[in-house]
Amino acid sequence: MSDKELLEKLKNIVTPYVQDKEGLENFDENTDFLNDLKINSANLVDVVLDVEDEFNIEIDNDSMNDMLSVLDAKKIIQLKLAGK
Amino acid sequence: MNFNSIISQLPYSQPFLFVDEILQIDENGATGTYRFPKDSFFYKGHFKDYPVTPGVILTECMAQIGLVCLGIFLISAEENKKMKIGLSSTEVDFYKPVFPGETVKVLSTKIYFRFNKLKCKVEMFDAEENLICRGIIAGMLKTEL
Repeated sequence: MSDKELLEKLKNIVTPYVQDKEGLENFDENTDFLNDLKINSANLVDVVLDVEDEFNIEIDNDSMNDMLSVLDAKKIIQLKLAGK
Repeated sequence: MNFNSIISQLPYSQPFLFVDEILQIDENGATGTYRFPKDSFFYKGHFKDYPVTPGVILTECMAQIGLVCLGIFLISAEENKKMKIGLSSTEVDFYKPVFPGETVKVLSTKIYFRFNKLKCKVEMFDAEENLICRGIIAGMLKTEL
C-alpha cells in the first residue's frame, strides 16, 4: 500500500471524529490528532479501533500511547502490516 | 466479588449517588436499581409546580450503574487499585417520565473496554418493565498508581 493510499484511508477514518474542519483540509503527515483536529482522547480510542478494523491489525497499549499524529499512526500501521 | 463492595468503591455520595443495589454484574454488563426519593433536591426546581426526574439525572443514574459499577468490576478483576473516571459521550432517547418515589432498573451491555475507554449500551426500565430510556454511554476509566 502506498503512503498516499494509507493517508487517504486514515483521513476517512478520522473524519467523523474531527471537531476542527480546517485541520482536516490541511491533513498531512504532520497533522496532530489532538491539537490540529481537536479529537478528544475518548474519540482517539474509536479512531484506533477503526484503524484495527480497516487494516486488520491489532494495536497494543504502547502503540496506542504513541499514536499522537498522522505520522505516528502511519509508522505504527506499516510496522504492524509488515509483521503480519 | 461482593456486589456491595463495588457500591462502597463508587466515587459518589449524597445527594449525587444514584445506585441502591447491584443485582447482577459480570464482564459483559451490569444490572442495578435505584429509587428516586420524593425529597430529592432536583424536584424542587424541575419543574416548578410539577416534579419530574430530569433527563440528565436519569442519564447519570444509567452511567453510575451501567458504566461506573461495571468499570469498577472490570478493573478490580485485574488489579486492586483506585480509579479516575470521566464521562466521554452520551446519546440517549427518552420514552417515559419518572416521577418522585419511583424505582428504576438499569441494564448495561458492554460494547467494548479498550485503552481505558468503556462503551456500553444502557437501558432503564420502570417497575412494570416498561422502557424509560436507552442509549449509548461511554467514559474513560484509569487506575491510579
